[in-house]
Amino acid sequence: MTAGDARAEILARLGHGLRGGAPGAEQRQGIVARLATPAATLIPSRAALDQAGRIVLFTRQAEAVQASVERLPGPAELPAAVAAYLRRHNLPMRLVMARDPLLTAAPFAASMIQVRYGPVVEADAVGLTVALAGIAETGTLLLASSTERPTMLAFLPETALVVLPSRQVLRAYEDAIAAWRATGEGLPRSLNFVTGPSRSGDIEQTLQLGAHGPRRLHILLIDEPAPAGDGASDAA
Amino acid sequence: MTRPAAPRVALFVTCLVDLFRPSVGFAAVKLLADAGCQVEVPRGQTCCGQPAYNQGDRATTIGLARQTIQALAGFDYVVVPSGSCAGMLKKHYPSLFEPGSAERAEADRLAERCFELISFLTDVLGVGAVQATLDTSVTYHDSCSGLRELGIKQQPRQLLASVAGLELKELPGAEVCCGFGGTFCVKYPEISTKMVSDKVAEIEATGAALLLAGDLGCLMNIAGRLKRTGGKVEARHVAEVLAGQLDQPPIAAGRGEVG
Amino acid sequence: MQSTAHAFKANVRAALADQPLQQALGMARTGFQQKRADAAARLPEFEALRDAAKALKDHVLGHLDLYLEAFEQRVVEQGGKVHWARDAAEARAILIDLCQAAGARTVTKSKSMVTEEIGLNEALETAGIRPIETDLGEHIIQLAGQRPSHILAPAIHMTKERISALFAEHHGRPPVTQAPELLAEARAFLRQRYFEADIGITGANFLVAETGSIVLVTNEGNAELTQGLPKVHVVLAGIEKLVPTLEDAFVLLRVLARSATGQEFSAYTTVLTGPKRPADLDGPGELHVVLLDNGRAGMLGTEFQDMLRCIRCGACMNHCPVYLATGGHAYGSVYPGPMGAVLTPGLVGIEEAQHLPNASTFCGRCEQVCPVRIPLPKMMRHWREEQFRRQLTPPTARYGLKLWAFAARRPALYHLGAKVTSRLLGWLGGRRGRFASLPLAGGWTGSRDLPAPEGQSFQALWAARQGRGR
Repeated sequence: MTAGDARAEILARLGHGLRGGAPGAEQRQGIVARLATPAATLIPSRAALDQAGRIVLFTRQAEAVQASVERLPGPAELPAAVAAYLRRHNLPMRLVMARDPLLTAAPFAASMIQVRYGPVVEADAVGLTVALAGIAETGTLLLASSTERPTMLAFLPETALVVLPSRQVLRAYEDAIAAWRATGEGLPRSLNFVTGPSRSGDIEQTLQLGAHGPRRLHILLIDEPAPAGDGASDAA
Repeated sequence: MTRPAAPRVALFVTCLVDLFRPSVGFAAVKLLADAGCQVEVPRGQTCCGQPAYNQGDRATTIGLARQTIQALAGFDYVVVPSGSCAGMLKKHYPSLFEPGSAERAEADRLAERCFELISFLTDVLGVGAVQATLDTSVTYHDSCSGLRELGIKQQPRQLLASVAGLELKELPGAEVCCGFGGTFCVKYPEISTKMVSDKVAEIEATGAALLLAGDLGCLMNIAGRLKRTGGKVEARHVAEVLAGQLDQPPIAAGRGEVG
Repeated sequence: MQSTAHAFKANVRAALADQPLQQALGMARTGFQQKRADAAARLPEFEALRDAAKALKDHVLGHLDLYLEAFEQRVVEQGGKVHWARDAAEARAILIDLCQAAGARTVTKSKSMVTEEIGLNEALETAGIRPIETDLGEHIIQLAGQRPSHILAPAIHMTKERISALFAEHHGRPPVTQAPELLAEARAFLRQRYFEADIGITGANFLVAETGSIVLVTNEGNAELTQGLPKVHVVLAGIEKLVPTLEDAFVLLRVLARSATGQEFSAYTTVLTGPKRPADLDGPGELHVVLLDNGRAGMLGTEFQDMLRCIRCGACMNHCPVYLATGGHAYGSVYPGPMGAVLTPGLVGIEEAQHLPNASTFCGRCEQVCPVRIPLPKMMRHWREEQFRRQLTPPTARYGLKLWAFAARRPALYHLGAKVTSRLLGWLGGRRGRFASLPLAGGWTGSRDLPAPEGQSFQALWAARQGRGR
């Protein structure tokens, strides 16, 4: 038996069970059409709010799942806010971060914080990256991998800091998908919908944070529009 | 369907009530008569067929369903003092016959006219209160089929609220199965015992003096366990209390124990 | 995995006598149910979403071959590779080949029930490859040499004390006893394994036909590290996992976590599309997707087709009074609880698993909470019908049923029998009103009294009353 046999046999079994044989052209065309025009989904009404309402809901939902949220007027205030956070949690003034225009534009060089770009290594205690969008419905961040934003920034370090431009706080997951569709580009290798820090209930169903991913997730909501052409506007 | 002034109602007694506790059947007759129904008890009925149905014996089930459908034909309504058996007639009989067949049409006709006793009184006849008095605290177990197949939850509580002197103490986990499950309780007695023991503990924790439910199978299981473990809580079918017919001792209690 | 489903009754007795297990199940009972109920209550659209989820799965199942072809094409276009496995043996062979091709000695795994279904860990070990389970619950049971007792919370049967003893024995560290310390120790231990692993193996919650994406859902973040750190990522997924588009995945995701743990959304939902891009700083260089049939295609067009809607949330077992009395190991199968009682006979044969679909009161809670509205009791009944057809029902039950049916089909005879029996038992039951034991009723009277009949059948009393009335 070869692998080709397995494929043919499974598809034949399916066709037989479904319609007594292989699909016809019409059925094939139906699926092509279904894939070309995504069906409208039922989006919960809870997030049908204006921008200010979405930000309130996003914050409440993120805090309900043990993330912390801090709102800043603009990227200029980022280094000081990050430094204060690190001090509050007795963390070293050192982090690995995304080479994202929003972060590179922030005045980290003038701060106490030692910054490194590039791949994340085991010793990195704090990661700082930028989210593509926030989903108000459940307080969820949408992270996307790219050359500038390695996925592991939000997974390997014990503390994950994520910057989210507040105009990117969307209603629902579907809004983020629609924004991606509007770009006409392919999907990044990894899209991560992150809702609170890592957790496990595997020991007697008691909630423990920091199972494998971060123990702490701090969201820095930034109000001021970022400079044009920054990566974070993809999902606008 | 417009409701006749004095509807002709067939009482489907159920085999457990027929054999073990006729007083539930008479309580049902009284409640229906008080609500203006002409009650008849067709002789052609025996059992709804669940023992066969749940053991996978489809041929016997279909045979019994045909017999029951025939016995209960021609009435305005069919009323059953059990959520489980009513669910069988109402929800499962139609599925036994080919869609589009004449038998299916008859099963569907029965399903439309068939109701569990308490929900028939409240939902169909619009009975909102009964004339009964019982000066005691009760708790109520929601039997699975009545609750989940027929949506019976508020109906018995509504009528119990009208019983003078009666105090209802809600049972935590009232919607959890008591472990009866027809032949399940004798096929897997250890699991059944664990389930009914948990149920008994919750019943006793309410502090109520009397357990009520709408299905005799569950009541026999729970009362049997209560008695075996020396429990003091008594058990009755809810119809007995609503009809004010309490002359029989509670389920599994002897005449010597009636206070 | 060796099935012990045939020994269900003995397994049950052991489980009921196991005090630590009963203690652990007691904690599970209240938590999961309340959390799901709260989550459902917070979302007014929850019931409508369940309908949408069911309709979506039905649509996909109705065109499954076409969606699989579309998915395959997209995966290949993105640089991934797709493998097809008819059964468990074929899937094991493919996975071992992939490991050997990569020269793998250690593989990390993110919790995957389908790898349990094919018995992957044993096969890897036999081939000299070390599988490392990374989900905390899976790690615990791997150390204990057990299999999951719950599809979502594999170590739900374990108390903290037992976990503490296991860690002390296997981690080579001074013993710790509290949950946060136990978690920290497991995190540190497993963190090293991620970096050692040559291959990461995961299941898939959903496969997206439109984009060739794999959707993974975890709370711990272990799937992300499992797939993201080694140089090869291998996905093993049942063929029923397809959804048409990304939007469609969220229809199911909205009901998945709420049904499973009562969370609004799991901590991590990751959508993976193809291997590492040339300019990416992390990610696996190779992506393989193994599509497993193992009896699934055979369920299409049968009375078991609805079972293929299952999204493995575990709500049915969280609400099953039988599961919560016995725990998952008593089922002796990969999949426990109501969904396991339906799936297992198809996987290991109805002869081996005949107890499983029978050990249900048909209380209906599983169907009531199933996010994709699978009629689980109805499917268990189908298995009972299959057993009855094949004469696998125990002879005593068969003959008892025959005798009863003979009478029940003859109303006059039946009413006479009821009249005589109620009189006889009523008389025997006497003043006490119940029996502590009765011949042939040991199953009942072993643990509870049997209420005695009042002494007259209803039909006899009614006939007498009607007679008087005339």
